[in-house]
Amino acid sequence: MFDIERWQEIFDTIRKNKLRTILTGISVASGIFILVILLGFGQGMQNGIAAEFKEDAATSLWVWPRRTTIEYKGLNPDRQIQLRNENFEAITTAMDADYEKASLLFFPRDVQVVYKNDLLVYNIAGTNGDLQIIENEFLSEGRYINETDVRENAKVAVISNKIKREVFSDLETPLGEYITISGAVFKIVGVFGEYGKNEDEEERIFIPITTAQLAFNGSDKINNMNFMLPELESFDAMVENNTAFTGELLRYLKQQHNVAPEDDRAIRIWNPIQEAKRYYALTGGIKMFFWGVGFFTIIAGVVSVSNIMLIVVKERTREIGIRKALGAKPWSIIGMIMHEAIFVTAIAGFTGLIFSMGLLELLGPYVEVDYVLNPSVDFKVAFSTVILLIVAGMIAGFFPAWKAVRVQVIEALRDE
Amino acid sequence: MIKIENLHKSYKMGSNSLHVLKGINFSVEEGELVAIMGSSGSGKSTLLNILGMLDGLDEGSYTLDGVPIKDLNETKAANYRNKFLGFVFQSFNLINYKNAMENVALPLYYQKVGRKERQEKALKYLEQVGLKEWATHLPSELSGGQKQRVAIARAMAAEPKVLLADEPTGALDSTTSYEVMDLIQKINDLGNTILVVTHEPDIANMCKRIVHLKDGVIVEDKKVKQVRASEYV
Repeated sequence: MFDIERWQEIFDTIRKNKLRTILTGISVASGIFILVILLGFGQGMQNGIAAEFKEDAATSLWVWPRRTTIEYKGLNPDRQIQLRNENFEAITTAMDADYEKASLLFFPRDVQVVYKNDLLVYNIAGTNGDLQIIENEFLSEGRYINETDVRENAKVAVISNKIKREVFSDLETPLGEYITISGAVFKIVGVFGEYGKNEDEEERIFIPITTAQLAFNGSDKINNMNFMLPELESFDAMVENNTAFTGELLRYLKQQHNVAPEDDRAIRIWNPIQEAKRYYALTGGIKMFFWGVGFFTIIAGVVSVSNIMLIVVKERTREIGIRKALGAKPWSIIGMIMHEAIFVTAIAGFTGLIFSMGLLELLGPYVEVDYVLNPSVDFKVAFSTVILLIVAGMIAGFFPAWKAVRVQVIEALRDE
Repeated sequence: MIKIENLHKSYKMGSNSLHVLKGINFSVEEGELVAIMGSSGSGKSTLLNILGMLDGLDEGSYTLDGVPIKDLNETKAANYRNKFLGFVFQSFNLINYKNAMENVALPLYYQKVGRKERQEKALKYLEQVGLKEWATHLPSELSGGQKQRVAIARAMAAEPKVLLADEPTGALDSTTSYEVMDLIQKINDLGNTILVVTHEPDIANMCKRIVHLKDGVIVEDKKVKQVRASEYV
């Protein structure tokens, strides 16, 4: 391997057979290049879909009641379910559930919002402080609804950036201004914004849940419950945790509200992670597909390398005969051919690897098409494919070389 | 130098066996220049292949410079070829992507001679055959006669005990043939043992001894008065 004479002989041969070497090199390099780019894009799609679902805090889930569809315990179907405070409290305190944040929403009906004699057409929602995290909202000014507000039925409101723009554009800040909601006066204490582009949710004015229920005939009714589950190490673990949590939640709510266990429409859960799971399965499929394509690309690479090796050895049969006549030992000839083959495939393979990895490194971060993000490839995987190709080239080169060496010198040198 | 006793060789052709050499007894002293003649099928090429250790023998014995040549495996044969023998072929058999000097240096590579020394030696032998100025030329840039001279230089470079030439002039016109024979004679004058296979009488007459093969046996073995090729050049 480290015989300098052997290397010189090989470099001589390579230098003087440029076309052959270049052709072999290109086929190997392009095989590796295509494979790495394919694998990179497979990874890119997975990254893209993962990112797509990150925007809406992926571990959150929303619960709201509908009408029953199945008769149960003598109760007619088409009965409206009404969630109540005690449900929320039971879930957050009694139920042995692993959640991180929990909030609830109450939407007062038929309320009028007035600011300085102007009627504002925005929705009012009563909630608690946890909603900010669950809905993935940021604070632009002031503060959000907090525990004290909820405990003391404070008459405070948090408005969105959109409302600030539309109503309070004359003022430096809307903080400290008062709005009147169906006769009750609320002080603005904060301005929030939504991540992402969803402006619909910026139509809301938030007030403490207790105040909303008390002031606007809510008694203990709630419209909506939201939960955020903890982020776990693996996606699968999060899906599992989510499934367990929602299962228990539904069982409890159905039991409390006399809903048939098989009635899936009475209580709805909007559950992004389960959607994400479906996409993950899809990307898994796409990745498999890319692997399939990559695998066949490698096969094609192996075949073409073998093919070239066959031709090379065939072409060199006479040369092998001459070398034998001059006293070359069989293994020195096989060694020489293999050595050259390994050297050429290795150089070409790593060139393809470096080029494709370089391309992914350079351009990958700039790829921001929907559902494709930062295509990249596992170096170890790419490296092992190059090794595989080299080994294949070796095996492919060995048999014809072995055969060529077995040929009698007389046969090899026989005039055509 | 060469001693052959009762040499038999046959080839299997399907179910038939072709008896090519039928008991050859033959010896060559050091410094001889021997022509082996015979029509095609007489077994002369087979004899040369056995002498050149490119083929094994069925029966009999072969001794080269006191070393019995038997039980050859590929590696051993390669070793002996490299140490004992130089080959010159009808179709030159130069490696076409190596220049003249590199071709001449190749047997030295297999003798594990260092690169620098190889080149020096190769140039020396090229000079001997009058082609020093052509050292960096590829075979395709050389004439037939020049190619054969390079091939002879290559055969000599390994400093073999015996030079085996298989129809060395077969692909050349007569003038060039005589030039090549002149070179072979000069090498022989230096004391080298040379065997030339040929079917041309005038070439055979330029050797010192002619061995006639017919149907696998030696029918004639005579010393001749050598005709110097330089007379014709």
